[in-house]
Amino acid sequence: MRLIIAIIKPFKLDEVREALTGIGVSGMTVTEVKGFGRQKGQTEIYRGAEYATNMVPKVKIELVCDAALAPRAVEAIQQAAGTGNIGDGKIFVLDVAEATRIRTGETGEAAL
Amino acid sequence: MSAPAATCRMGSKSKGTQGMIAKGATRAVALGTALTALMGSVAARAAEAATGAAEAVAEVAVAATIAEGPIKAPTVEQMAGMVDKGDTTWMLISSALVLMMSIPALALFYGGLVRTKNMLSVLMQVFMIVSVAALVWVGWGYSIAFTSTGTPFPALFGGLDKAFLANVNAGTFAATFSNNVYIPEYAFVVFQMTFACITPALIVGAFAERVKFAPLMIFTVLWLTFAYFPIAHQVWYWAGPDFLPDAPTDAGLLWGWGALDFAGGTVVHINAGIAGLIGCLIVGKRVGFGKEATPPHSLTMTMIGASLLWVGWFGFNAGSNLEANGLAALAFVNTLVATAAAAVAWCLIEQFHHGKPSLLGAVTGAVAGLVAITPASGFAAPMAAILLGFAASGFCYLFVAVVKNKLGYDDTLDVFGVHGIGGIVGAIGTAIVADPALGGQGFYDYTVFPAVPGTYDMAGQLVTQIKAVGWTVMWTGIVSAILFYGLKLTMGLRPSEEGEREGLDLTDHGERAYNY
Repeated sequence: MRLIIAIIKPFKLDEVREALTGIGVSGMTVTEVKGFGRQKGQTEIYRGAEYATNMVPKVKIELVCDAALAPRAVEAIQQAAGTGNIGDGKIFVLDVAEATRIRTGETGEAAL
Repeated sequence: MSAPAATCRMGSKSKGTQGMIAKGATRAVALGTALTALMGSVAARAAEAATGAAEAVAEVAVAATIAEGPIKAPTVEQMAGMVDKGDTTWMLISSALVLMMSIPALALFYGGLVRTKNMLSVLMQVFMIVSVAALVWVGWGYSIAFTSTGTPFPALFGGLDKAFLANVNAGTFAATFSNNVYIPEYAFVVFQMTFACITPALIVGAFAERVKFAPLMIFTVLWLTFAYFPIAHQVWYWAGPDFLPDAPTDAGLLWGWGALDFAGGTVVHINAGIAGLIGCLIVGKRVGFGKEATPPHSLTMTMIGASLLWVGWFGFNAGSNLEANGLAALAFVNTLVATAAAAVAWCLIEQFHHGKPSLLGAVTGAVAGLVAITPASGFAAPMAAILLGFAASGFCYLFVAVVKNKLGYDDTLDVFGVHGIGGIVGAIGTAIVADPALGGQGFYDYTVFPAVPGTYDMAGQLVTQIKAVGWTVMWTGIVSAILFYGLKLTMGLRPSEEGEREGLDLTDHGERAYNY
């Protein structure tokens, strides 16, 4: 099993979700996050007081799938979330040791 | 000369018999209607029976007026016939509009500009200052501001003859700016009360996010008593047009100088702006000032608040005419166009300075325009009011966006930059825009009976206005400094550093503005 963590632009969430369900990913967890990478922040001005906002709003997607599906999932996310500009985000893939479905107690890939 | 009038004294005075010079048909009709009532219902009924038409009654009344002339120093019974229901209605509506300026308008305007953790504290401070001020006003405020008996210095502050509204009832009357036109004294008491409610509430913006609630309430009571009521007396108290000719010195100090302040530029805005500046210096900067970002938590609220302020300000300015007539309409128009001009000017300045016009800039400009037009609202021609609005945004922008950052004082919500500076620009600008040569209204000489237009001298008026501004700044500056230092050394003005970081909502009030 693999854990895929993707940081994407917030407005790309729906496209990414559609692409992933299209290839058989059955669930994911989404969090609104802030961070910075190569993309610069914006400057806000309130009555002449300038605030440089270094942190840019992003959406973090976490999903677990079986190892065979992971490369296609990464490809789907990359295609759906990409705009070609800096700030499109990143995708990380990690190994997962175990998974358990709380309701039934199923483990392994059956729990996904 | 103008400004909300003082109440007339109720003593019986001999009826004057001077000839009437009617200033206009409206005035004559109003007087006539009043006199008709005095002549007794028998005569009125006879006239009605004879013609069967209301116009005929008015014509008879006008004829009677010209024959008898206005009454100098009328008795309370005579005043009762000089009250117009339209004026009374307008004053009661205006009072409600001015109350709306404090709650919710000012509370939301300020609240949106602070951080989430301090939202409730600002709403609560404004709401409770309004409540406390209302009680203090009927307790002793009205008497100190609008009487001149029982006091060692009648030019500086009044006595306690009307404390707790003694000697005020539904059958007593307050003077307006016209001979022989009165409004019920209760209407005047409540209209002026709403001004006393909003002025101390304006101050809290200067040290928002870092002041304890209890000492602020004590400050409110003391500041009203020693700064607001005396200055209101000095600027607005006078014997009234039917009594001043017999007692030409019975007026507040600044009124006597001839200072023009139609709706409270000195009394409300300079007064609050200076107190705010002194307050933010003595209270000190917020924890993390200049290091942590403190952006507004909801400019949506701020926009709602600023817009409601604008609506309420019609009561503030047009209501200050005390009569529902052409001058009230002039003040109403000026309150719209000067404000619009100031909003446009602020946005243009931002466009050139930063490349983007901001909503906060637009509403800040609007408030600066409202502040600046306040003293001039009943004096300026609309085109002059527009220029005053432009000027207000220019000066206020300089102080809010440049001078404050250079000097580094923490006037959180720019009470000094907008109300203090805007008030001073308006007070001094009033001398210019009131000039009849520029389409202004000039002033009336009320020492003669009936009142006649005075000879306007712009340079002389400019000096008078500057003197009045200087006096107000000095008076409120000294009183505010003593009160803030006194409270700082006794009760303390600030929460603990930990409490301030936690936010005043939890520290002072034990609740949060938003639970989600």
